[in-house]
Amino acid sequence: MLKTTPLNAAHRALGARMVDFGGWDMPVNYGSQIEEHHAVRRDAGMFDVSHMLAIDVHGDGAREFLRRALANNVDKLRDPGRALYACMLNHAGGVVDDLIVYFLGEDWFRLVVNAGRAEGDLVWLESLERIAGVAPAIRPRRDLAMIAVQGPNARERVWQALPGTRAATAAMPSFHARQSGEVMLARTGYTGEDGFELLLPAARAETLWQQLLGCGVKPCGLGARDTLRLEAGMNLWGQDMDESMSPLDAGLAWTVDLASARDFLGKAALLAHPQRWQLLGLVLAENAGVLRSHQKVSTAQGEGEVTSGTFSPTLERSIALARIPLDVEVGGPVQVSVRGRQLAAKVVQPPFVRNGRILIN
Amino acid sequence: MKTPEQLKYTETHEWVASEADGTLAVGITDHAQEVLGDIVFLELPPVGKRYAQGEACAVIESVKAASDINMPVAGVVVATNDALAKSPERVNADAYAAWMFRIKPDNAGDVGGLMAAAAYADHAAK
Repeated sequence: MLKTTPLNAAHRALGARMVDFGGWDMPVNYGSQIEEHHAVRRDAGMFDVSHMLAIDVHGDGAREFLRRALANNVDKLRDPGRALYACMLNHAGGVVDDLIVYFLGEDWFRLVVNAGRAEGDLVWLESLERIAGVAPAIRPRRDLAMIAVQGPNARERVWQALPGTRAATAAMPSFHARQSGEVMLARTGYTGEDGFELLLPAARAETLWQQLLGCGVKPCGLGARDTLRLEAGMNLWGQDMDESMSPLDAGLAWTVDLASARDFLGKAALLAHPQRWQLLGLVLAENAGVLRSHQKVSTAQGEGEVTSGTFSPTLERSIALARIPLDVEVGGPVQVSVRGRQLAAKVVQPPFVRNGRILIN
Repeated sequence: MKTPEQLKYTETHEWVASEADGTLAVGITDHAQEVLGDIVFLELPPVGKRYAQGEACAVIESVKAASDINMPVAGVVVATNDALAKSPERVNADAYAAWMFRIKPDNAGDVGGLMAAAAYADHAAK
């Protein structure tokens, strides 16, 4: 029996193609994934991401607990509403999950974690309380739904749908969040475009979805979400990194605070095992196929592997993230084995696309 | 899901049209294009090559995944739709207008062994 979000009936009414996404019955597209992709790059689209889980960490020791639990440093979160992208590591330095942590008050942080990792994350966080020596309350917020509204016109459309939120969020910088009535508006996302991620009581989700539809926001499925995040150079847990992979080898060194004296779970392992790989972008030279996960990458410095690949609707070419040897340089030529043929590709520095603009040449 | 009556179908979701000159035009069904999603790449077989029935002879890639296209009956490829390969999204727009290649079957009678529209509709609905 698949799990459903509060918007399941709304997706079906829109004619969505539904798929089993890690045990959740989710829309992969509502017709054309490529049109949905372009809507987000050019105007505004929305995604039901209620399968993701918000976990509130509440009470005494909440900050101290997260200083131990996360590889990024929550001490960067000083003004309320600030958000931070972080990995949670195991003892071996592998990535248990990646998440966004929102600082909502001195004794209140909210983590938003991957759907497929949520149950394991809860068990992991509870087990960490013994190690950390502090025990804040850890509350899964299954009562909340989450709608990501993304695109250059996304914020304007949200303000049309929820006029009361404009004043509170018009001047709010990116990677910040604010509660406005029942809705938390976070200026975050997974597309490389501006917009809000909206967390609200599940019972209100369908009303808001219909209001956003009425304001011209295009419903978008998880298919477009994947091509958008890949163009934006954002990692996907389970493809670009996992429990066996150090964040340093997954292009996530920028999220790991090794500079401060703070100890965190996995730090000793990271210090003991220097970086072995880099995660960079690939662009297929000719439109001769599509790059996909697990394809072998041949370079003058040795072999690598595509971790995520797709067809980029913005570049109209196939692009990928690939784990390749450290000495391979940006701009260099590599070969990728695509269905038995060696195809030429160029190494680029992600992101490929941000805020509607192509950033690689 | 559209399944035109005048076509024949395979279990692997190809459609086959009998042309006046005895050749067969081959494409993928409306059901197949819907499952695959946006088509972005098509690799067509070389003209003149002979394939056995069921043999993979072409590749179609959507944003989501790559799939083989299989030879519906044994025969030789006599033409390919190179214009379609340049704009593969036309497969999504109208799967039955988007022929991919034509074959000269080894045995003209083999096409009779393929599924009729009603049988294919049942098969695809499973």
